[in-house]
Amino acid sequence: MRDDLDASAPKDAVAAQLFPPWATLAARIALVSLVVLPLGLLGLLMTLQYTPYITGQSITPDQPVPFSHEHHVGGLGIECRYCHSSVETSRFAGLPPTHTCMTCHSQLWTNAAMLEPVRRSLAEGRPIRWRRVNELPDYAYFDHSVHVRNGVGCTSCHGPVDTMPLMRQAAPLTMGWCLDCHRNPAPHLRPESEIFAGHWAPPPGQEARGAELVRHYGIRTEHLADCSVCHR
Amino acid sequence: MRAALLLLPLVLTACKQEMAQQRKLGTHAAAPFWPDGTSARPLPVGVVARGALEHDRALAEPPPVTPALLQRGQERYGIYCAPCHGLVGDGDGMIPRRGFPRPPSYHTPRLRAAPASHFLEVITHGYGVMYGYAARVEPADRWAIIAYIRALQLSQGAELAAVPEAREKLP
Repeated sequence: MRDDLDASAPKDAVAAQLFPPWATLAARIALVSLVVLPLGLLGLLMTLQYTPYITGQSITPDQPVPFSHEHHVGGLGIECRYCHSSVETSRFAGLPPTHTCMTCHSQLWTNAAMLEPVRRSLAEGRPIRWRRVNELPDYAYFDHSVHVRNGVGCTSCHGPVDTMPLMRQAAPLTMGWCLDCHRNPAPHLRPESEIFAGHWAPPPGQEARGAELVRHYGIRTEHLADCSVCHR
Repeated sequence: MRAALLLLPLVLTACKQEMAQQRKLGTHAAAPFWPDGTSARPLPVGVVARGALEHDRALAEPPPVTPALLQRGQERYGIYCAPCHGLVGDGDGMIPRRGFPRPPSYHTPRLRAAPASHFLEVITHGYGVMYGYAARVEPADRWAIIAYIRALQLSQGAELAAVPEAREKLP
């Protein structure tokens, strides 16, 4: 054995080495990658969860009728509750039945092609199939009425709806986003008269006012971030 | 090897969305089973819905007029009526300005003389080109709106002698 090696050595010294010179570097890179790549992949997957691609934030789904909140709310001044009439009493804010659309459109824009699905819906007695803009997973319990009756205004979650020609999801609707407010609601709370205001920004004295509103609405902040508040 | 098998379920988590999209129908969910395609079902003929009797009773009995009732009426009027009837009830709302047939003013002799039951009937079932608002305005709120319409009527035909303290605010 030993003789064989010695015999071949003068002929081809490099071939006798089992690993080429760059193998050490390759092994180091491989060892580092073994740690960095899985961690990086995990990090990427976790970051992806918060991108609009996954959360749906800022996505404007195509609708059967291009309904404009900008026109109806911003332009005409129609109040939120004119159409979303169960928002104060129910879990669900209420998607208006075709009857509500036709309250005005039986007389206005009666031949508009854009409104053909609305007229057909009324004639056939089949609801319009709007596509959901703000959708929560089924394991999260959410109730509109408890929010609007305790100082959380529409635009806090839905954004400045009266400037949206087409409806888009304004908030990320992630659990972290919900908890931001559930852990510290005071900066977002409004008095009853401002809940349905189209544009709202915290006024200068919001810090003191928010704490006062927490007392006013009787919000038990110590239980607001309990699991069972939203997962029941 | 056995340890690796134990880790396998960790890898498989979140592969299915059964928690996020459970096999149940949410509010207004589509349900192709029924001809109209919606899971929201109308009441079968002859059924008395829960709360229907209270609903009827609230329609039959006007509540006592209090400042709270008037405030509630003002708020509901602003939401459901003002778009057409205008904030003072003269029929000059934003929707008639955009071409909807103009509703009559509440301050005409006919509507000043109309009984409260007339307004209740119109809110509930509609009148002319006006659709009914029974689905959107609860019976108690209908009475509140009627009380507020009366306040509007009073405001547009009030005598200065009735509110002497208002004189100094007038130009």
